[in-house]
Formats: sequence, C-alpha cells, structure tokens
Amino acid sequence: MTNSWTDIKNTDLVVIMGGNAAEAHPCGFKWVTEAKANRGAKLIVVDPRYTRSASVADLYAPIRQGTDIAFLLGVINYCIKNDKVQWEYVKAFTSAPYVVKAGFKYEDGLFDGYDETKRDYNRSNWDLEIGPDGNLVVDETLQNPRCVWNMMKAHVAEYTPEMVSRICGTPKDKFLKVCEMIAATSAKDKVMTSMYALGWTQHSKGSQNIRGMAMLQLLLGNIGVRGGGMNALRGHSNIQGLTDIGLMSNLIPGYMTIPTEREATFDTYMSTRGFKPLRPGQMSFFQNYKKFFVSFQKAMWASAATAENNWAYDYLPKLDVPAYDVLRAFELMHQGKMNGYICQGFNPLMSFPNRKKMTAALSKLKYLITMDPLETETARFWENHGEYNDVDPTKIQTEVIQLPSTCFAEDEGALVNSGRWLQWHWAGATPPGEAKLDSWIMAQIHLRLKALYQKEGGAFAEPITNLHWPYKDPNDPSPEELAKELNGYVIETVTDPNDPTKIVLEKGKQVVGFGVLRDDGKTACGNWIYAGSFNEAGNNMARRDNSDVDDTGAFSKWAFSWPANRRILYNRASADVNGKAWDPSRKLIEWDGTKWAGYDVPDIAPGAKPDVVGPFIMNPEGTARFFTRGLMRDGPFPVHYEPFESPVANAVAPKVRGNPAARVFRGDMEQFGDAKEFPYAATSYRLTEHFHFWTKHVQPNAVVQPEFFVEISEQLAQEKGVKSGGWVRVWSKRGSIKAKAVVTKRIVPLICDGKPIHIVGIPLHWGFTGAAKKGFGPNSLTPYVGDANIETPEYKAFLVDIESISGPVA
Amino acid sequence: MNMELSRRHFLKGAGAGLAGTTVGAFGFGDIEAAYAASIRPFKLANLTETRNTCPYCSVACGIVMYSKGDLKKGEKADIVHIEGDADHPTNRGTLCPKGSALLDFVHSETRLKYPMIRKPGSNKFERATWDVALDRIARLMKDDRDQNFIAKNNDGTTVNRWVTTGFLAASATTNETAFITYKAVRSAGMLVFDNQARV
Amino acid sequence: MYPPLPNPTVTPSAPKLSDKNLMRRSASTVPQGESMQQVAKLIDTSKCIGCKACQTACLEWNNLREEVGVNAGSYTNPHDLTTASWTLMRFTEWVNPETQDLEWLIRKDGCMHCADPGCLKACPSPGAIVQYTNGIVDFVKDNCIGCGYCVKGCPFNIPRISKAEGKAYKCSLCSDRVAVGQGPACAKACPTQAIVFGPKEDMKKHAEGRIKDLKSRGYKNAGLYDPPGVGGTHVMYVLHHADKPQIYAGLPNNPVISPLVEVWKGAVKYAGLAAIGAVAALGFLHHAVSGPNRVSREDEEAAKRLAEGKS
Repeated sequence: MTNSWTDIKNTDLVVIMGGNAAEAHPCGFKWVTEAKANRGAKLIVVDPRYTRSASVADLYAPIRQGTDIAFLLGVINYCIKNDKVQWEYVKAFTSAPYVVKAGFKYEDGLFDGYDETKRDYNRSNWDLEIGPDGNLVVDETLQNPRCVWNMMKAHVAEYTPEMVSRICGTPKDKFLKVCEMIAATSAKDKVMTSMYALGWTQHSKGSQNIRGMAMLQLLLGNIGVRGGGMNALRGHSNIQGLTDIGLMSNLIPGYMTIPTEREATFDTYMSTRGFKPLRPGQMSFFQNYKKFFVSFQKAMWASAATAENNWAYDYLPKLDVPAYDVLRAFELMHQGKMNGYICQGFNPLMSFPNRKKMTAALSKLKYLITMDPLETETARFWENHGEYNDVDPTKIQTEVIQLPSTCFAEDEGALVNSGRWLQWHWAGATPPGEAKLDSWIMAQIHLRLKALYQKEGGAFAEPITNLHWPYKDPNDPSPEELAKELNGYVIETVTDPNDPTKIVLEKGKQVVGFGVLRDDGKTACGNWIYAGSFNEAGNNMARRDNSDVDDTGAFSKWAFSWPANRRILYNRASADVNGKAWDPSRKLIEWDGTKWAGYDVPDIAPGAKPDVVGPFIMNPEGTARFFTRGLMRDGPFPVHYEPFESPVANAVAPKVRGNPAARVFRGDMEQFGDAKEFPYAATSYRLTEHFHFWTKHVQPNAVVQPEFFVEISEQLAQEKGVKSGGWVRVWSKRGSIKAKAVVTKRIVPLICDGKPIHIVGIPLHWGFTGAAKKGFGPNSLTPYVGDANIETPEYKAFLVDIESISGPVA
Repeated sequence: MNMELSRRHFLKGAGAGLAGTTVGAFGFGDIEAAYAASIRPFKLANLTETRNTCPYCSVACGIVMYSKGDLKKGEKADIVHIEGDADHPTNRGTLCPKGSALLDFVHSETRLKYPMIRKPGSNKFERATWDVALDRIARLMKDDRDQNFIAKNNDGTTVNRWVTTGFLAASATTNETAFITYKAVRSAGMLVFDNQARV
Repeated sequence: MYPPLPNPTVTPSAPKLSDKNLMRRSASTVPQGESMQQVAKLIDTSKCIGCKACQTACLEWNNLREEVGVNAGSYTNPHDLTTASWTLMRFTEWVNPETQDLEWLIRKDGCMHCADPGCLKACPSPGAIVQYTNGIVDFVKDNCIGCGYCVKGCPFNIPRISKAEGKAYKCSLCSDRVAVGQGPACAKACPTQAIVFGPKEDMKKHAEGRIKDLKSRGYKNAGLYDPPGVGGTHVMYVLHHADKPQIYAGLPNNPVISPLVEVWKGAVKYAGLAAIGAVAALGFLHHAVSGPNRVSREDEEAAKRLAEGKS
C-alpha cells in the first residue's frame, strides 16, 4: 500500500476492483465504512461476482474475469475524452511531456520487437529520447505526437464504452456511471483510493492490471495524497515483510537484486544499479545503492566481506534465469531436476496450479522437509485419502520430514502490515509438545550444515562457515538480536565526510536511519528500508502511542513504518509545484520556504526545492511513469489480453492468445483447454470465513463455512439441472472436482461479444486435513501459467465444464 | 479517539445507577458471590494479558491474549481467550471471523507436536527426536549440495549456485525469522527460493 | 467512528448487575429492582458485511461448541439457530423491484431482548428467565425445566431447547461482560461496527445518523426497527427498507406476544398451574413441546377462546 489502512477514512471514493476487501480484509474495510459514514464517501465494486464488498457498495458493476485492462483503459479514455484530468499534476509530476524514442510502436496487440519463438520482446526501442545534455527530451506543451501523453491517448482510444462493454460484459450504463464517479476525482479536492489484491495479480497480465489503475490514479492526481493511492492489500500477515527482506530467488533485502551470471564482477553489477538522474537538478535515490549493498554484505559476512574481495560478491549465487519462482521450481521438480525441497509454513500441494503436476513433482523429490504449526496436505501428499488424495504410498519414494513449529501466540517479533507498519508482538503461550520456534529451527539447520562442512569440507563452504553469527546463544538467536541486525549498526566509527573530526555515529551503535549507511564497510545493515526500526531510541516497532495529531490517520508514534517512519509514500506529490497542498483540508507536507514539513516524514530531501526536484525520487526521471520504458516484459503500456483459457477471442487483437510475453513451459500449452470443450469461465477466490488452508483446522471457522462448494447463476443451474445444495462435478483439461452447488442471483451470465458467458465461482479453502469437511481446491483445475513479469499463477480466469451429479462417492 | 473518554462514556451507559461499586476493591470470591444467578462469573479475572498480532491477513489487527500462567515469569502459559485490542489504531478492538476464533487455532487438534519422518514408500509418519530429524536434514542437504553445486558456468564465470534443493519461505513468520532464514538459505548458495507473495 | 468497546480487564471487579437489578422473574414476583440505564445493541444491516465474526466471537466467548455441518446451498451456516449458535447471519438475495438491482440482505439473528419478553411471560418455571432493569433478558440454566414454553412465547423464534440436557438456550447479551462494564463479544468484534452497544438512547441517536446517511444514498424507507408490539427491544436494527422487515429473512413486521402467553401468564400469576383447565393445559403443552416452533393459528385461536372464557 502507498497509504495505510487508517488513511482510507480520508477518501471520497473507494474503488474495489481486483479484490474483495470486505471479505478478505474485514477489519481494514472498516475504514471504508468510516469514510462512507463520516465523509459521505462512495464505494464502487467491480467484480465478476456480487461479493460481500458489493453488498455494501453504492455501485456494483459486473465484469468478466481477466478483462480489467480493457475496463481501466476505457476509464482512462473516458477521462481524456471528457477532459477529466488533474492537469497541473500530470504536467509536473508525470512522464506525460517526455518524448518516446523513434522506432517504438504498437499494432495488432503487439509492441515492436516481438519474437514469437522466444515469447519475448527485444525492448531496445521501448524508451525515451535522451538529449545531447544527457537529460530527457521534453515537450511541456504536449503537442509533440510522440510525447508520452499523446502516445497514451492514441493507445487507449480503441477502448470506447462500446468496446469495454463488448469485452468485459459490463452493461454500458454501469460502465459509464463508474467512469463518471471516478472522473469526478480529477478535481484537486477530490480523491479516490484503489483497493486491490489477488483479483488483479493472479492473471497472466497481473502486473499490467495494476499498471492500468496506477496510470488512472496519476491522471487524476491521486497518488501521494491522503485518502488516495494504490493500495495493494497483501494477503498474509507478513508477506510484506518477507518480500521486504527479499525471500525470493532474485532479491536482496530492501528490493535490491541478486546478480545474474552476466554480471560476473561487482563493477558490472553496480554499473546498472545506481541510476543517474535524467532531469536537471533531479535527485535519484538509488544512487545510494552501493551503500545499502555493501552494508548488507557486511551484515551477512562481517569481516569476511572486504574491499579486497569486492565485499564477498562471489559469495552471492548468480542467476542463470530471471527468477526461480515457484512455477519454475515445480517445473524443474517435475522434470526430475531437483532433489530436495523445504517448505516453511506453506502448503504448495493446495496452493500451486495443476495439482496433478504438484503431486507428480513432489513424488520425484528425494526429500521434502516441512515446518508448520498445523498439519498440511503437502506434508501428507503421499498419503491416500480416497478421491481427495488418490495416491499409492508404496510408489512414492520421497523421504518426508515434518517439523512442528510454533504459532503466533508462542513467538515474538515483528510483522509488517499491508501499510508497511512494522509491529512488534510478544509471546504469551507455551508451545504444545515439542514444537519449536522457526528461528531456532533455521539456526539448527545452518549450524548443523556448517558443522558438517567444518568436519568434512565440501563444495564452496566459505559462505556457510563465514556467515556472521554473533548471537549470545548461537543455538537460539533472539528476536531482538535479529531485529537489531536488520536495523543496522556501526562497525567502525562513522565520521562526517565533509569534516572527519565530526563523529556521526560511534562504533557499536545502532544506525539512526539509512542516511548513516556507508559503502566503505564501516556499517552493516540487514535491510536498509528497516533502518530506524530498532536504533538507539529502542525498539520503535514496539511503540504503542496511539495518539494522532489532527486525526489525519497517520498514527506516527505507533510502531514503525518503512521507510524512515513514512506513512504515505510519494507524499511530496500531495503539494503542487510550489509546495502548497492541492487540497488544504488534506494537507500532508508543505514547503515552508526552506524545507518540507507537515504531518508525515517527507518523501524527498527536506531541503529539495519544490520547483526543481521532482517528487518521484525512486525514478531517475523524478516523475511517475505512464510509459514504463523497457522495465516490463510485456509492454510499456497495458494491452487487453484474454486469459490463456478464454471463452471469447480477443476483440482488440484477435490473433493473440493470452499474454504474448508470458512464460509457458513445454507441455503446459497443450494442457490449456478451449471454449468448445470447456465453455464456462471459472474463477477462484477466498471466503471471509476462512484463511487459506489454515482455518479449516479451526473448529469455529469450520462451523461457519463447513463444506466445499462452487457458485453458479440461476440460469446456468437451470440449463444444467443443478439444484442449490445439490452436488456437481466441475472439470477442466487438468482435473476434476466434486462440490456442493450454491445457486445464486449474485452471479449472472455476462454478455460478451454478443453471447452469454456463464461464470463458475470456486472458493479455495478445503483439503483433506482439518476440522472442516474434506474437499477439493481450485488448483485441481487451474492452468500452469503465470504473469509475464512476476509469475503469479493465472488463478482468476480459466475454463471448465460442469454437470449435476447424484452425490459424493467417498 | 481517546480511549479513556470512550470508557467513561461506556461506563456511564452500562453502570449508571449502581453507586458504590468499587473496581478492584474485592477479592475474587466476594465478586463471585455478588453475581446474580444467571450471570456467569467473569472468566478473564486474574489472567495474564499479552499483546500480539493476528497472524492471518495483512491488516495485522492487534489482539490481546489472556493466559493462565505468565510466560515472562517463566511459568507455563495456556491461552484461554483472545480478543481484539481496542487500543490498536487499525482494528480498534474488532476482529473478523478468523481473528475472533484464534483461540481454536492455538488449540487446534491438528497442531503439530513432534518431529515426524516418513520413509520412502511408507504409508505412515513415525515420530523422531529433534536431533535425529535435524541431523538427517543437514546430511541430506550437504550431500545434495556437494554433488550438485555449480561453482562456474560453461563460460567459466563464477556463479556459486545450488539449484537442486529449493526453499519455500512462509508468509506469517516474523521479520526476524525471515532474516535468519535468508541468512541460512542464501549463504548456502540457494537460488530456488520463493515465498507466498503470489498465492 | 463510534467509540470502540474497551478491552476487558483482568483485574477482578464487582459485577454491576445482580439480583438487586431484577425487573421480572419468570413465574414469580420480585421486588422492583434498582433502576439502571437501559442498554441496547444496534445492528446496522447497511454496514454489515456478513462476515460472521459475531458468530465465532459468540462461540468463543461463551465456550460453545457447534457441530460442523454441511453446505445446503447457502452462506447461512449453521442453517438455523441452535443451542450452541445463539446468533446467526441470515442471507437473503433480494431484487429490489424499484431499481431491479440485486441487494444481498444480511441480518444477524438472535435474541432481541424485548422490553416485554414473551419468553419470560410464557415460562412456567420460577426464575428460569429473568429480566434486568437495564433491559437484558437472561436464561437461568439451573432453574430451566426445558419445557419449551419460551419458544412458544417468543415472537422472533429464538430460544432453542437441548433435548439431551433439557435446557433452553439463547443470547445473554453477554450479561457477564456487561456486568463488568464491557459490551457483548459480538459488538466488540464486529469489523465494521455494524453492531454497536451502549445506552439505548445513544443507540437511537446513532441510528438517526445512519438513517440520514442511508436516505442520502437513496434508501428512502431506511429506518429503525424497535418494534412497539413487544414494548421495544434492546436489540434494534437499522434497515435500509424499514417498511419491509419481512424481506430480511422473515423479520416480523409487527411482532407481538401470542395472546396464548397472556392467558398463560395470567393463569400462572393469579391461579397457579393447577387452576388452569386440564384440557387447555394439556393441549398447550402438546403444542409447546412437540409442535412447530412458531405459534400456529390454531394456538392463537385457542388462546383467544381461553381469554374470552369460552373453553
């Protein structure tokens, strides 16, 4: 989230699209009801199903799953055509006036440089013109036909209300009503917030769905302001933290990246990271990259990371592919190329697409290790549970070690909420049986592996044997010790670069913030964006002062918000080019003539002059991007692509199937079904009564939503002879499930391209362990393909068939 | 919101007309005796409170856990009730249907209590000690790493990667667990490393 | 935001609700109890997101164990109130005939804590049902004989009888929490404050604000449900369509206590059980124990005849 949960109360319009906040985040949704009750804010819900969010909305518009880009570009088109643009914001704070490089073009659903065999683009033309002075070529008048604004205007022109309705199945009058309400927030004193989640990410073009809304929010001037923003509602309690700390194949904590094998040396690696500013006088934040990187290497390997060995650059593994995401991991496993897999609190058998493939893949492993407080289907993938897990244990040679870990009640530490607040919690219970803290388990695995290397030697042992391990009890590092490492500390006393006699911070002290970090090895920092969370003032994540000056919703003294305790990202953009708030009633920070000050920690250098330094300092342009240059694999502008399994052809690019740049592994393309065989458009989702596969173990939750079901319209039920509460079988090209049917008015057939499209809704919470009734999950049916940029599986749009059956077999 | 104000406001509502009741002036026995026949004695009296965060979604609601026994005093502690923390700015004491039933997560019948090992081809888990389980894991990992570690690629570039064992990190562990996990996984040269961000 | 309910304290405190505050006691008389401020729970159906936090919070606070059931084609789970489920979200898909738009009406069902409680009036067992001067109507398990008359007396079809235990169960408005200055567990939990709890007058005032907001959004019949037929209730609803309570999963339009109960109450109070005509009593008992939960038309007619002395 760019903003916080409590900030949502400041909005005028909430758009829930690509998510279902009332069901998945009920207590965060409270701030929507507050905005409605206290400010008269309106709520729009756009969803294939009339959800519980829709039940309290002012306007509900149905949409066929997988067509969000057409809808959003249609809204952008409406705003441009009707001059509903926050012009001052667009001209000063976005890439609208920059000129796009010659050679870049888009036609028939493809950008230039496409290579069909590689399913990839040569992106060299996807960029902006740079002038001889090294700065961007700019047309402030927006007259140049190749300026970003005019390129975007032309790109969205085909998404007329008629076209949107034809693609999305949204009735035209509803679509126009949505446009009208959204467009009204282009006024300087009106703000819209976007609340989205996996309804946008779990598509083969998930990243571009989000781009679509981000572009719209920029056009309306709604980024960086109170009550505005792009608010990604993270699914899990600390998935924000795990991403911040870089627990992904290609990440280093703080959104730095693991080197690729093309970056053989540290210098090559650094040459593409410390972006130089592209506008006169602009600051580019990532010029600090080396300070963060070297401090991270020092946190990992302490004295083993030296200037001489390039800060132990060789200790980091180098990638040969863009990422070893989970889809690639299970593909490799399926090919028999992996031997071991360790699941720390995760249930891939139920969570990843094409369950048959999951079972086959896990069966090829030599060993599988699971750590969880609860039973998981994954740990028992080899166990026969009748039709719910029809396997033969004698044929599965995988050794499985299941480790019992503690749950929240028994451990201490920080979780990062969706609004980037690091909140500390305390242990209050004795673990059951011999369950152990995850931190203890990880320490044991490392220490035992290290002991084996020390005793036996082996392949490149140094990164393991030299890993910095400064804990009082090496067997059981404490949360405080680890939190202090994440914050960062001074190894050698740091002095002022301009005055070496002036001590900035003494040896041994916790760093105050990331500003103190150095690239000369004098500082160590586990995660630069957490710098300041546990400094000499103490554990700031444990702060519990819930006062809120002027009721802005910032709660600046509660816990710690990364980075630098900032509550709203890009908050410089809440003020105009002279530094005055766009809307005085929503003042956030303002320029007082010499510095930025206000309710929040400024997201800019405190002395950066408003008319010189652009607000989006994470980009070397200093502005926000309508045109993403070559940074996304599938194009600098979003395009409507149908899901890989779609009930209709793509109306704007009939020859293109799915996202042309999405990765498809060999054999998986043949596993995609078509509409002739599988006529119904299915989607999967959470229900408010459950949390993934955890709460089926929780008896009261099993009570309030006991049994697996699918949802269909009354019309489809009638066609298929299905009774509500009766049994159905649903199948795709990859598998088949049985479920109870909930026949509902909340799902209606949508008219797309002139024909009715029936929707089948499939919630995800059941399995073969726990207190709830045994059941299936949507992953028995879903296709094995992910988003072109970040490989999130396409869980939200696929094809199935359905029939009424007499009852369960098991 | 001023919590004290809310409390006073509330007390004025529920307690008006009952002059002379003094909070904390009685021992528990006296209080129990004072209850009307229909009213259950208040079940949280004399328990230990601990502040925690709901482990489910990213709203991260504040919760208060009530236990018999105090962990901080070195006692065995058993949670008997959990509810929302009214002092928390985001949830203000509220909880969703999952958060409201957290007690039954803590005490779920399917909580894992002991390390278990399932041998190849077996149809059952067998209990193991932590030492046996952890030593076995270290052995399996080292053997695989030593056998399949790639120090240099075909071009002779140093790549130092291990991609035949993967690690899938959780979504509800603390930052601190995440960091120690990062250290242990990355120092071994592992690249098949992902988390639950996508599902 | 309505002021949140405070956290429970672990410091033992004297209950603010005791036998001194009784207003009524079933099949017996009590001295007029010390008066208290009237409390109420206000349930705003227009803010309710049907999440069922109230259901799980109720199960946990009251140490109730409901059975894991099945899906019967609806989100309403369990399918009805039970001896363990004292509150239940009832889901209704309703197409508004004026707009042709679907509305998903979600109503938290449970005891309404009537000012004029039919259950208490029907109850023949001394002290099995009590009413406090703050408005809470509570069941006293030790005094309950499980006869089921309370079910007949209730115009909202709320109490449920455990055949195994021979006891009646329903929402207590968390009298144990209210007694120590807190609010009901469901109200504390409710994520959107669709449930709020406090002095009844404050609740009515809060409802006015909600109704104004709803009217501004086009719900011209938005209103408060505080039915006079039972003397008003200590659980009230804000309804978007207050002119049609029935569309909310059968919320009675004009709930009243069955005349049968009035007769019964009169008989118990003035003459005692033995004075009632044997035939009438047996007939009543038969219906009460083995008949449908709702008072039938025959019951009503029988009661009228009894009341008019025509039996």
